[in-house]
Amino acid sequence: MKVKVRIPLPLQGLTKNQDEVECEGSNVRELFENLNKKYPGIKERIYDEKGNLRRFVNIFVNDEDIRFLNGEDTSLKDGDVVSIIPAIAGGKLWN
Amino acid sequence: MELNEEQIERYSRQIILPEVGGEGQKKLLNASVLIVGCGGLGSPVSLYLASAGIGRIGLVDSDKVELNNLQRQIVHFTEDVGKPKVLSASKKLSAINPDVKIETYELRLTSENIMEIIKDYDIVVDGSDNFPTRYLVNDACVFTKKPFSHAGILRFYGQATTIIPFQGPCYRCIFSQPPPPGSVPSCQEAGIIGPVGGLLGVIQALEVIKFILGKGELLVGKLLVIDALKMDIRKVKIHRNPNCPVCGDNSTVKELIDYEEFCGLRR
Repeated sequence: MKVKVRIPLPLQGLTKNQDEVECEGSNVRELFENLNKKYPGIKERIYDEKGNLRRFVNIFVNDEDIRFLNGEDTSLKDGDVVSIIPAIAGGKLWN
Repeated sequence: MELNEEQIERYSRQIILPEVGGEGQKKLLNASVLIVGCGGLGSPVSLYLASAGIGRIGLVDSDKVELNNLQRQIVHFTEDVGKPKVLSASKKLSAINPDVKIETYELRLTSENIMEIIKDYDIVVDGSDNFPTRYLVNDACVFTKKPFSHAGILRFYGQATTIIPFQGPCYRCIFSQPPPPGSVPSCQEAGIIGPVGGLLGVIQALEVIKFILGKGELLVGKLLVIDALKMDIRKVKIHRNPNCPVCGDNSTVKELIDYEEFCGLRR
């Protein structure tokens, strides 16, 4: 499944400054595995050491939070937009 | 309270709206709003709310106006550089609308002073520039069931949501912990374009006015995400987290904590 992934500012250094990239995956977990192959290091910025999603980051498939879908098992279809949305506060951001 | 002739004339263009009317205008004149931060967000919020005739506006900011603020903090003028932001803003708001009672708090909100300050306001606008204040405002508003408007801005990017505690998600439901400090780009490094503060601040002002009027749909349970560089404006759904440490079913945080420590800024 080919989807668009919206990359937040703090991670754009890993995606050659692109704010949106295309990637593939049948679900969110697979998508991030593939994304990490294309842009090494991105996964550890989204997940903590225990493999949980970091608590200042939210992942949305289209307009819904994956925690209220099937989590990382949320399946993806062609054309879906996956957004990584971090907390921001007046210029001090997650890095 | 009846509107006087000058008020009817001053607010005529909004009184004519079916959503406002004379009754709505009286609600605005009887309302009180606390604005946390007189910067990029607080400037447009305070200017529009004073113009609209909010009866009492509280301004909180401990900073003084700097030259590098003027590119976006439109309530401050060149002659104000060096003056306390709350006084600079208060002067402009009173000049726009002498009807409005302005209270100034030249201080930084802390766990010790916030409860006393927010208790006399109907709604809070968070236009602060740092995570400790954001979590402090969230927790204090949840504990006192006080609605507040959240917005954050960076570069060409902004996000906003409206929080009505226990009716919709709070800030901690969405972002249960702040990002760790460390090599975080500062305001100066990351930058901000002025109109993005305007855009998000005006959205906060609209949310406040709608809340007071009881009209329309608020950004409760929705996070508005704006990329102004692409003019991409989206809403995503956000939910109450049953495990939220402050507003969840089994909340673990029952009183205000040390937010500098919570945000890893002091060990």
